[in-house]
Amino acid sequence: MNMRKEAADPTSPETSMQTIDRITMKNGVVGEDDNAPAIAVEDLQKSFGTQKVLNGVSLTVRRGETLAVLGRSGTGKSVLLRLIVGLEKPDSGSVRLQGKEIASLGLDQLAEIRMNMGFLFQHAALYDSLTVEQNVAFPLEHHKREMSKSEQADRVRKLLAEVGMEGNLEKMPSDISGGMQKRVGLARALALEPAILLLDEPTAGLDPISSGEIDDLVLKLQAEHQMASIVVTHDLHSAKTIADRLALLDQGNVVIEGSFEELQKSDIAFVREFLKHS
Amino acid sequence: MIDREFSALAGTDSPHPGERILLKPPGVDARVDSSPGPINKFLEWFGDLGIFFWQVVRAAVTPPFEFRELFRQLDEVGSKSLPLVALAGAATGVVLSLEARYSLTRFGAKSLLPAAIVFSVIHETGPIITGLVVSGRVGAGIGAELASMKVTEQIDAIEASAVSPYRLLAAPRILACILMLPLLTLAGDASGLLMGWVAQALVEPLSLHQFINAGFKGADFNDFLPPTFKTAVFGLIIGLVACFQGMRTIGGAAGVGRAATSSVVLSSLLVILADVVLVKLILIFFP
Repeated sequence: MNMRKEAADPTSPETSMQTIDRITMKNGVVGEDDNAPAIAVEDLQKSFGTQKVLNGVSLTVRRGETLAVLGRSGTGKSVLLRLIVGLEKPDSGSVRLQGKEIASLGLDQLAEIRMNMGFLFQHAALYDSLTVEQNVAFPLEHHKREMSKSEQADRVRKLLAEVGMEGNLEKMPSDISGGMQKRVGLARALALEPAILLLDEPTAGLDPISSGEIDDLVLKLQAEHQMASIVVTHDLHSAKTIADRLALLDQGNVVIEGSFEELQKSDIAFVREFLKHS
Repeated sequence: MIDREFSALAGTDSPHPGERILLKPPGVDARVDSSPGPINKFLEWFGDLGIFFWQVVRAAVTPPFEFRELFRQLDEVGSKSLPLVALAGAATGVVLSLEARYSLTRFGAKSLLPAAIVFSVIHETGPIITGLVVSGRVGAGIGAELASMKVTEQIDAIEASAVSPYRLLAAPRILACILMLPLLTLAGDASGLLMGWVAQALVEPLSLHQFINAGFKGADFNDFLPPTFKTAVFGLIIGLVACFQGMRTIGGAAGVGRAATSSVVLSSLLVILADVVLVKLILIFFP
């Protein structure tokens, strides 16, 4: 069954200063209203010491849309996600989530925004002192205190069933495989029914079958929950499967953004090289 | 040289030349340019520690409170340190008894032996030995645990889940150290006095009742309460330094090792330095 969603239409004019072949144009950043893109990143720059990691990245993701961010190792893909979730602060540029600029938010407001986001870390980052069940229950225990214990337990079981981990409630993270950890991480990321989902290399280090299962799972969850998602990945096949649009990063810039077919048609040398080796 | 040593100890070395890593509130840049020089680094470290402390205080006094984690840490810091503290206290009591007997006998003041042991234990050796033992056991444990969570992105995951790591991780550990140190000191004192008496009774028959009576003769609450409760400050230092060093760790397994080591070294050093100040303050305010 083809679960891919239709690619978003390009709408806005090119404004970036960089040499970007932007096939799908970004929306203009708007204020706090319902029409604002779920995620709007504008001219984002970030350096660590003398090393410039992001050099003016601009991206937008609308509600229900999935953007895959591709690129070589060390091009700042994971840093981009960390900036979006507020774990790092940009040197310049803006990150707007549902119309709200996160740089200007206080800790409490940032926490409110984060409650609306799910983040799957590259290595799942499960709490190693908690069981699988407790890991998934963690966000509910801290943010859904109005829910009874039994309601929380039901919700956790439902989430774990969605990711095919319902039989591993009592296991510790160290007792399950990397693929299973990612499934649990995904269930934890979905616990608060977020409007925004950020996935950092969901299929990295997994065998092709497990990768395919994770892809199917992400597709299924996106179809059910209609989240705005950014998926950072090296895996072109996975990106092609789960994303509406793809953005290719090189040396801290978005080199090209568009559908897979549009990337294939590009005559940019880096794009052709990347596709050739993927 | 000193600069490099302090950097290694305090964990201010960075994988990126010319910068250092700080634990700042979410949304605040974690990397800033550093100024060279040991004094600057020392002051920066203290400044960062102060900012960290403020974040922890803010998180600790605002709901929701993490009582479950606090009780878990009270057990971890208190119950599990008790045998070690009691053993260290006992050894100290025996050594004090042996040394004091020898010295006092030389000066013809053997009758003061129980008082010498009691005053030494409750005034200084009990509190400082407890502080150093807990600094070693708990400081290393907290430093390594939090550092491990940091390098495996678990602390980032907590933050990304909109939960404050200051509230969930740091505040309960620091509070547990503050609350448990005086209680552990009582246990260390009791163990030291008991074994001090045993060591003396083995040489010269003396009942425990006589030992206690002679030892506490002339003592009042000012001899007992301030030295015991000063260990709450030791607890604050141990918990704060260990959490700070752990939560700012970088660099994988090596970073975890560095965090554990620096937690113990820095907290032990600061406990000893704090003791100097606290003893003077106690002598001024509780003469």
